[in-house]
Amino acid sequence: MRFSTQVLLGLAALVCTVVIVLTFERPPVRTTQIGYRGVAMEDVANPRTLAVRVAANRLPAVPEAADTDGPKASETFENVQVLGELSVAQFGRIMQAMTEWIAPAQGCTYCHNPENMASDEIYTKVVSRRMLQMTRRINTDWTAHVGQVGVTCYTCHRGQPVPAEVWATAVLPHSGLQAQRGQNHPAPVANDSSLPGDPFTPFLLQANEIRVISNSSLPGRNPANVMQAEWTYSLMMSMSEGLGVNCTHCHNSRSFGNWETSPPARLTAWHGIRMVRDLNTAYITPLQPLWAANPRGPADGPHGARLGPGGDALKINCATCHQGANRPFYGAPMLEGYPELRLISAGPARAASAE
Amino acid sequence: MPEYQNLFTRVQVRGPTPYPGVPLPRGDVPREGGSRNVTLFGYFGDAQVGPIYLGQLGILSIFFGFIAFEIIGLNMLASVNWDLGQFIRQLFWLALEPPPAHYGLRMPPLREGGWWLVAGFFLTLSILLWWARTYRRARQLGMGTHVAWAFMAAIWLYLVLGFIRPILMGSWSEAVPFGIFPHLDWTAAFSIRYGNLFYNPFHALSIVFLYGSTLLFAMHAATILALGRYGGEREIELVLDRGTAAERGGLFWRWTMGFNASFESIHRWAWWFAVLCPITGGIGILLTGTVVDNWYLWAVDRHFAPSYPALWAPVADPAALQGAPR
Repeated sequence: MRFSTQVLLGLAALVCTVVIVLTFERPPVRTTQIGYRGVAMEDVANPRTLAVRVAANRLPAVPEAADTDGPKASETFENVQVLGELSVAQFGRIMQAMTEWIAPAQGCTYCHNPENMASDEIYTKVVSRRMLQMTRRINTDWTAHVGQVGVTCYTCHRGQPVPAEVWATAVLPHSGLQAQRGQNHPAPVANDSSLPGDPFTPFLLQANEIRVISNSSLPGRNPANVMQAEWTYSLMMSMSEGLGVNCTHCHNSRSFGNWETSPPARLTAWHGIRMVRDLNTAYITPLQPLWAANPRGPADGPHGARLGPGGDALKINCATCHQGANRPFYGAPMLEGYPELRLISAGPARAASAE
Repeated sequence: MPEYQNLFTRVQVRGPTPYPGVPLPRGDVPREGGSRNVTLFGYFGDAQVGPIYLGQLGILSIFFGFIAFEIIGLNMLASVNWDLGQFIRQLFWLALEPPPAHYGLRMPPLREGGWWLVAGFFLTLSILLWWARTYRRARQLGMGTHVAWAFMAAIWLYLVLGFIRPILMGSWSEAVPFGIFPHLDWTAAFSIRYGNLFYNPFHALSIVFLYGSTLLFAMHAATILALGRYGGEREIELVLDRGTAAERGGLFWRWTMGFNASFESIHRWAWWFAVLCPITGGIGILLTGTVVDNWYLWAVDRHFAPSYPALWAPVADPAALQGAPR
């Protein structure tokens, strides 16, 4: 064999190795049977990556419970609109906890003017108030999704003022030789496939039809086409990534559309999609003017984008809470340690200048 | 004496002058470019490259194919805003998509799928001209036209996917995008939309012929290489004049699996398996969406999708409940 041939073969082997190493996940991959034998109902997990996700989903230590007796926060402090039912001790405890959960580096002044704690002049305080009401909404009205485990601020924030997993509507150019369809570029939310890169706007903000599979064997009643199926497919891939699960965690291996034979987790996920849509439209998007007035965050920082490229609010999806776990913190009941969050008032928050 | 008892090609036959081919019929363009031997090619196939015969059909086919290739490539380049670096990085992800559904079978604006129709037209023209070329070259060389008809089987599947089925469905949006990953994602989405293509019996047949082809190919190639020391590579002579190679090969398969193909029939097996793969696949695609909308439910209706014991309580469709959120 000639030298040039050897060089060529060596190069080919090198390219193959690089492609294999960069494309495939390093074993082992552990498969657990979750359905009837022989029907490929399996949970697939890599213990190595699972360990990383488990480590990233640990709960912070719960501080000592606060005294529920004594005067209420609304009687002691001014401008307490949604936490007024708490005792003063409970109020102090949850304020402390929220600081640790959301702005541990910035402390109280991330939301409060230290000269006048009651003032709403820093916009983040107004946002926090609405976020507390959102937490109440999730824990009382969306038990179909969160059950009694519930959520706290930390479920999404994890020590950061802006949660790590947020999204904004993709901005597509309107001119050019080829009209952009929002797909056919590497899509990080859909496992780097060429599927649509922003499946969240149509499904988690707008209420477009997710279902594309027919309920009858014969054609005529289902107008969905393959292109729509790609959008649904992308949403499902984002859920799979965000929850660290494969398709059969929720779906039947034989029929993705069939409900009767689906694992019960699909029902939880169905409510989850509606929950996220509700929260994005009723809580996140209406706060957009506050972020538009402070597009880089509060004056004292930390500075970072508070808006998407199209000027829309940074919104939530499944990964915002789940962060790679099929249940946030793998089902550890965090809300249980913070009874204060069960006492948030539902009433509409008054204008910021209520003092 | 050549030696065949190894995995890689070791024989490179070189005549004193490279073989120019049989005389061409009157009126054909002469073959061009002379010929030479390339050692590297000899490791994989015949070392002789050329002379080349393109003729009118070949030139037209390459010309139209080039137009299609350019349209697809330039549209991909446009989709990354003419950034050559991004074009190379994202090449496998880029695509030229068919028009959106609301255009139906009408001609859409060029930037909204019109280019897809134009590229598809030229690509189809190019493929059909190349088919005519394979047919005519075979005839001019006095060969049978088996290759051309096998190629036609693949063209059938191509036309079903991009032309016949979209017309039956009444929309170009049903067709496949041009693009490396995008056409694979389309395939997966197609199966999802139509309720799991694995329950499509023609899809199943197509897989049988696909994997069957690889099995037959391996069995035949292995048998002939293994019989090389007895002259087993003289396959066609051995059809009638069965020597020890044919006898030993046949005996081997009778002993190992009880039945053997003949030196003639193995080639018919291989040809039919290969050809039936796209033919049955094309039928399966053609029926999807036109005759059957959900293959899983169709299989349940026909009692060939089995039901399995339930391991959890049946889940009711939450959207079917009254007062459910949308």
